Amino acid sequence: MQKQEKLESYETANFKYKDIVKRLLSCVREYKKASILSVIFIALETLMECAIPFVMSMLIDQLEEVVRLNAEEGVVVSNSVILNSVLIFSGILLGLALVSFTCGVLAGRFSAIASSGYAKNLRKDLFYKITTFSFNNIDKFSTSSLVTRQTMDIWYVQMAFMMLIRVALRAPLMLVFSIVMAVIMAPDMSWIYAITVPVLAAALITILIKVTPLFLKVFKKYDRLNESINENVRGIRVVKTYVREEYEKEKFGKASDEVRVGFTKAERLIALTNPVMYVAMYLSMALIIFIGSYVILINRGSENSPLSIGQMSSLITYGAQILSSLMMLSMIFFMISMSIASMKRIYEVLIEEPTIGKNQDNPNLCKEVATGDIEFKDVNFKYKETAKKYALSDINVKIKSGQMVGIIGGTGSSKSTLVNLISRFYDTTTGEVLVGGVNVKDYDVKALRDNVGMVLQKNVLFSGTINENLRWGNKEATQEEIINACKIAQADSFVQSFPDKYESQILQGGTNVSGGQKQRLCIARAIIKNPKILILDDSTSAVDTKTDALIRRGLRETLPNTTKIIIAQRVSSVTDADFIIVMDNGTINGIGTHDELLKNNAIYKEIYEIQNQVGGMK
Amino acid sequence: MENIQKTKKKPSAFFRILKGYFFNHKLATALSVLCVLLVAVSSFAAPLILQNVTRLLTETLENPAQFTFEASWGQVLILGSILICCYIISIIAAFTFSQINAVVGQKYMDELRQEIFKHMEDLPVKFFDTHDKGDIMSVYTNDVDTIRQLVINSIPEVLMCSCTFVAVLIIMSISSIWLLFIVVIGAVIMMFSAKHVGGKSSKNFIAQQKIIGQEEGLVEEMMNGLKVIKSFNHEEESKAKFDKINQEFNEVSTKANIYANILMPIMGNIGNLLYIIVALVGTLLCIYQVPNLSFIPGTDGSLLTTLSVPTWIGIIISFLPMVRQFTNSVAQMSNQINTIALSIGGSERIYEILDEPQEVDDGYVKLCRAKYDENGNIVEVSNKKEATIWAWKHPHQADGTVTYTLLEGDIRMYDVDFGYVPEKIVLHNITLYAKPGQKVAFVGATGAGKTTITNLLNRFYDIADGKIRYDGININKISKKDLRESLGMVLQDTNLFSGTIMDNIRYGKLDATDEECIAAAKLANADSFITRLPEGYNTVLRNDGSNLSQGQRQLLSIARAAVHNAPVMILDEATSSIDTRTEKIVTEGMDNLMKGRTVFVIAHRLSTIQNSDVIMVLDHGNIIERGSHDELIAQKGVYYQLYTGAFELE
Repeated sequence: MQKQEKLESYETANFKYKDIVKRLLSCVREYKKASILSVIFIALETLMECAIPFVMSMLIDQLEEVVRLNAEEGVVVSNSVILNSVLIFSGILLGLALVSFTCGVLAGRFSAIASSGYAKNLRKDLFYKITTFSFNNIDKFSTSSLVTRQTMDIWYVQMAFMMLIRVALRAPLMLVFSIVMAVIMAPDMSWIYAITVPVLAAALITILIKVTPLFLKVFKKYDRLNESINENVRGIRVVKTYVREEYEKEKFGKASDEVRVGFTKAERLIALTNPVMYVAMYLSMALIIFIGSYVILINRGSENSPLSIGQMSSLITYGAQILSSLMMLSMIFFMISMSIASMKRIYEVLIEEPTIGKNQDNPNLCKEVATGDIEFKDVNFKYKETAKKYALSDINVKIKSGQMVGIIGGTGSSKSTLVNLISRFYDTTTGEVLVGGVNVKDYDVKALRDNVGMVLQKNVLFSGTINENLRWGNKEATQEEIINACKIAQADSFVQSFPDKYESQILQGGTNVSGGQKQRLCIARAIIKNPKILILDDSTSAVDTKTDALIRRGLRETLPNTTKIIIAQRVSSVTDADFIIVMDNGTINGIGTHDELLKNNAIYKEIYEIQNQVGGMK
Repeated sequence: MENIQKTKKKPSAFFRILKGYFFNHKLATALSVLCVLLVAVSSFAAPLILQNVTRLLTETLENPAQFTFEASWGQVLILGSILICCYIISIIAAFTFSQINAVVGQKYMDELRQEIFKHMEDLPVKFFDTHDKGDIMSVYTNDVDTIRQLVINSIPEVLMCSCTFVAVLIIMSISSIWLLFIVVIGAVIMMFSAKHVGGKSSKNFIAQQKIIGQEEGLVEEMMNGLKVIKSFNHEEESKAKFDKINQEFNEVSTKANIYANILMPIMGNIGNLLYIIVALVGTLLCIYQVPNLSFIPGTDGSLLTTLSVPTWIGIIISFLPMVRQFTNSVAQMSNQINTIALSIGGSERIYEILDEPQEVDDGYVKLCRAKYDENGNIVEVSNKKEATIWAWKHPHQADGTVTYTLLEGDIRMYDVDFGYVPEKIVLHNITLYAKPGQKVAFVGATGAGKTTITNLLNRFYDIADGKIRYDGININKISKKDLRESLGMVLQDTNLFSGTIMDNIRYGKLDATDEECIAAAKLANADSFITRLPEGYNTVLRNDGSNLSQGQRQLLSIARAAVHNAPVMILDEATSSIDTRTEKIVTEGMDNLMKGRTVFVIAHRLSTIQNSDVIMVLDHGNIIERGSHDELIAQKGVYYQLYTGAFELE
């Protein structure tokens, strides 16, 4: 399944490159200035880089002239003349070096600011976008894929962007400059480059085209290798229990070899670029030297030789520059093509439309939840438009404000799905859900959710103190309110037993509290919201029966006006509810009190009997 | 101060990495060094030959009388051929070098990865319990790659530059020591600024690595809790938290990149400055007729020779391009500072794992296939088909005899004390007997030591005091491998592996047939949900089976244990996520599975453990009550309170 999802995101998602680039570049924002400045300064620096060697060779020419005059004509050039010319050139060089230095430093600075800032904006956009996602959107991308998109993928795009602003102008500038200089220097000889440059370019492009898919392929294998390491690190107890160390080593060895073979294949191709460039460069040089020397020698003595020695040597210098800037260009293309997959993956998230929460600016939206009444009217629901089976069908139920309702049913009977519709985590496919007499779609989503306290099945606490975690329910909650909520949730006693009490740190993933403690903290967190509706989705599974009963009693006594919905595995958790909904396979199988259901509902009776005959839980 | 000490310690791991590379790939290393040298030599020789060609051409042009076209052309051809040879050598060397690099670089990375992995697999469980899992991962994903970068890019680059560096230095010393002196001072300044700027950059890059870790941790936490964030309308707060770390990340990253980016302009322009200074000083020396000092004695035999102005200028002319080459090589070397700094940190982390002592398995009592002979004695058999039983083969070192004991699953603990750290004992005086076929249950609050006891049975941890006997044998004498083979285990955290469902069940017994696996799945009641999946048993699991529900994963891990078929089973909250109706069905299967086996059960739901032969109630590492369900109920102690719900478990 996962595999398919990956394939989809890599191949079938056919976005227009133009759109991707446009959207991704829009994250530059406040760093536009830095980006542009960086490009400008790099251009200037490049010009200096081209000019400095030119002036240096002029200085040497000047000195050579002195030697030549002396040797040929016996003219002794006066010291002051020599010194003067050296001084002049040194001065020019010094000036150029200063400019080059300033531009280089500024370019370095601006490009660092721009690329880091760009990445910052991109990360921010992505994160912000994800926070607007509805449950539907979240389900579409898996958690781990959302993490990779925000870490690895952004990294690649940042590298590509950095490359783009630092090299994208530099390389073509160098190329143009060198070609122009070569043509100016020796118009009759520069045709040599007209042969070698296209040959080199063709070779580089071929390598690039061939190597990109190889890399994409091997990266997938590499991901799997890392996944396998991850499994071993996390599942080491299983590995050791079954004494599968050697087996795992062998398996890993094979996978690692596969990755090596893949990377080697790709890198050997990439490694060809260097020798290919050498071939092109040396070929041109050899041609220039042979043909050039021949031309010079054949024309010796004649006044209008088409080529001078000086021209020949500068042709060689510029040739080297032409070819190395071509190399640089090919590297940029390579980097960018490597990051295309990442760009697509990021773009995919950025353009994802949140399925819920649109049109939130509509002033007609209801901002107040009046009561905790809930009504399901002919509700049918499926997770995906394309799904054949409905997850919920023909749901009709009315819950009055302040009632306590139990929901019971086996795994996969859509209990959670049902309550998820109340906070509008999903929208019904047909039919409507009313809260306080108003269709949930007509509420401001924020107002609705503020009034529905939901303790999800998958409980999560966040790193931070217990207080910080609990204040999620209400930022302004006083310590007293927090303690009260914890007392209702039966969490106060164990929190008080921690050395730092309510200021104790919860570690990432909440690993330092037990399952039952985590559940009770999560209940307290929802209570602090003082919601009109409180939903506990199998939230006391790790809490013992006594405590479970105490929590329910507390809820009943302290939150008389709050509608309480309790999804449970244990019959004992729902026996005292005003009524119980028995779910089976996405439909309501029965509604009634404990006693009624025991009489007339087969499923409920069966669950009750299993639990009582074996468990005997009160 | 701390920093200084750290940097002093660092090179050791770094050099071990390098040594490992060079010694394992001697031929490749030798060949690539040779190639690098060849490339360096030819890239150095080529310009010299070019110079000769131009000189020849100049002379020919200046004295047309002396040189015929044929003579000069002949010379050009000779020089050109040498040049082409140089080029060909250089191309071949460059080709060989880059191919070796691609192959050996990946090979080394593969070896390093495998070395770390193989070492890691044999580390004690304690290592995994005490190390952050993300940190271990990043060794494979980041550090190994940094080392490869170092080995295939940075070191050859440094080597290549040092060749040029040395060659140019020698030639310069032949030309003029005065000028050389200036260049050397310049080089020292360059190195100092490289160290300064590069050091700052490295420091920030290392800080960046750290903050990347933090940012990833935060993102992961937020993504895992996304639905909770939505249900609490907590988007804005999450954004604020994210913004803070994102901003910090940006600052560190900007700084690191600024220093990295400005290094080259600084180095390059110090080089330009040096060029100017050499030109100026050279001219002055020449004008003031300062005698030249060089390592090659002049015509009169002394090192200090007075030169004519043109000769002086000739020296300057040949010297200046060398200044450029020299400063370029220094600049390029210093450009590798960041990679080197990062790989020093990386190699440290790699060796932190590689230096971790592995689990020692010095047990000599091993499991073997056996049968009863005519006299009812146990004898070892080599033929699998003949074997009817498993036995412990216990060689006695004193008299050289071997005794065979039937593998039954009789486990006894006597006065066992244990602490994860010696200072803090968490289990006190645990004594218990589990006879073959008995079901022993542990009940107690989180942290009471239930799981710890099972960790001692399979020797994930070793006891501090007391003894544990397995079929009458001290478990310290039993080979860990065989001990664990004889224990089946189902844990609360089910860990599945990438691969098909069938592969995952077969994990319990690698040579199990498909039929065996399916039978095991049926026993665990996993068959029904598996067959409902579109691909059935061939459904591929990824990411720890994230496409299955927690309950389904537990069923799979029970099936895995069923196929393993060990005489002793440990079930640690094995059915906690399975709903009651399903659990009821699983329990039936489990009961079949448990028949004839010694079973240790840890469960939160008392219903799961009610039919145990013995129930142990644990509190703070002590067994406070023991007995059968009925006995304990009659006793009206803690268990009774738990059972009636009058007492809290957590």
